[in-house]
Amino acid sequence: MESIKGRAAITGLGITEMGRIYGHDGVWFAAEAIKLALADAGLSKDDVDGLLINKGIGTVGAVGLPLANALGFKELRLLNHMDAAGSTASQMVQYAAFAVAQGMANHVVCVFSDAPLQAPGSSAAAYARAAPPRGMASLAPAYGMFSVNAQYALAARRHMELYGTTQNQLGAIAVSTRAWATLNPRAQMREAIDLEDYHHSRWIMEPFHLLDCCLVSNGGVAVVVSRAEQAKDMAQPPVYVWGMGQGHHATLSRAGWNPDVHSAGALAKETAFRMAGVALADINVCELYDCYTYTVLVTLEDYGFCGKGEGGAFVADGRLGPGGALPTNTGGGQLSGYYMWGMTPLSEGVIQARGQGGERQVSEHDFVLVTGNGGMLNYHGCLILSPNAVSA
Amino acid sequence: MTTTPPLPVPSPDEASALFFEGLAAGRLMLMRCLACGVYRYPARDRCDACWSTETEWARASGRATLHSWVVFHQVYHPAFAARVPYNVALVELAEGPRISTNIVGVEDDALQAGMALEAVFEPLGDGVALVKFRPA
Repeated sequence: MESIKGRAAITGLGITEMGRIYGHDGVWFAAEAIKLALADAGLSKDDVDGLLINKGIGTVGAVGLPLANALGFKELRLLNHMDAAGSTASQMVQYAAFAVAQGMANHVVCVFSDAPLQAPGSSAAAYARAAPPRGMASLAPAYGMFSVNAQYALAARRHMELYGTTQNQLGAIAVSTRAWATLNPRAQMREAIDLEDYHHSRWIMEPFHLLDCCLVSNGGVAVVVSRAEQAKDMAQPPVYVWGMGQGHHATLSRAGWNPDVHSAGALAKETAFRMAGVALADINVCELYDCYTYTVLVTLEDYGFCGKGEGGAFVADGRLGPGGALPTNTGGGQLSGYYMWGMTPLSEGVIQARGQGGERQVSEHDFVLVTGNGGMLNYHGCLILSPNAVSA
Repeated sequence: MTTTPPLPVPSPDEASALFFEGLAAGRLMLMRCLACGVYRYPARDRCDACWSTETEWARASGRATLHSWVVFHQVYHPAFAARVPYNVALVELAEGPRISTNIVGVEDDALQAGMALEAVFEPLGDGVALVKFRPA
């Protein structure tokens, strides 16, 4: 079996304005992101023959298959609207890589957009529009259980109880991620913070402070995936896809099954690193899905950067921040940069692999790990990216 | 003059009717798979372990241990404005399922994973009740 390793590359990247950008819907942001990605790649609309689409949480003008009509793509050889929650972005690149490597398409655009913030108001309000549930689902509000924040906070508390993980250790992730954001002009939160600021940020629900939780953003991101042979002659330094993996596990809330302290990342890691033929020690930069500080901690463990339960100590010494041994979420992630689901780590991974990170560029960037996570640590996808072509 | 809106009250549907009837009578009733014995929570028509649709309702012991908990400070629903901070917990029933609930009869600061709990039933009126847990 011929490996897919290195046979596809990310050749274009488009990032719109991010954050509280009002007056536009998801389709508008997607169109802008695609325009930017094609300009970046040096391609025209007619060069695109594949389109993979992923919408976010916003319901106003959310993208779907009609995007292909809205943008007048007359002849596509590949089209889908994908939904694997926060793991979708890395998955779109995976399916696009297979398609271009096997000749089903030449240039596949993968786009995500979201516009949950339609008018000035709290971010929480943007996520709280659902109709009252019935049946067993109506138990949660009766107990005062609201928000996915609480699901992740329950998982974090379990980790703290089992392994002695501390509030300071979660805070260290918020602090190091913000330190990177101060170096990223696109980041929404650019004021440096320390642990004291972290502890002073209001509780959402213990053990999560506000600064444990990601932002909410309006915006769009698109990437172009092309065949490796074409990529080397295109406008930007190619970012080759060396490894790809997925892992998914059900939320079985019962004794003996502990998806709250084990994401499905270990499965994805095994597949991707075997494909790429690289070791964990070869990874220079990590772009890890960080919907919460805790998500970073558990992902580091599940990839084996440290042992299970050792994530707290691992992150506490500033290892993830600028100048640290394992630069992680170098654009400020979702915590401080922008919340474009899996496109947040993917976009920054492309920037770092190209060497275009400006002030925040990591000097060694031969291998960049990008992860996506969705559901309640249920759905996981990853990519190993490199500016280096795979030698034949 | 402001009035605090009432707390959200569960609204049983067909699939959950026996569960809620049990709570109202002070019994924690769980679906159990007749084919493989795995308890189903929440109630659903197919076993996720063996895919059987054969099921019975069985009374749970009410014994549980604390799996995890959070303490809400943010008000997501106006009825809880006067109740923050309050806990929401995930408890592991002796029968296996983990269920969301509240822990009563103990300060939030004294909660510890693994602590032994027992069910208590809290009537909400109109024949609807909730199961909560207290230290055993």
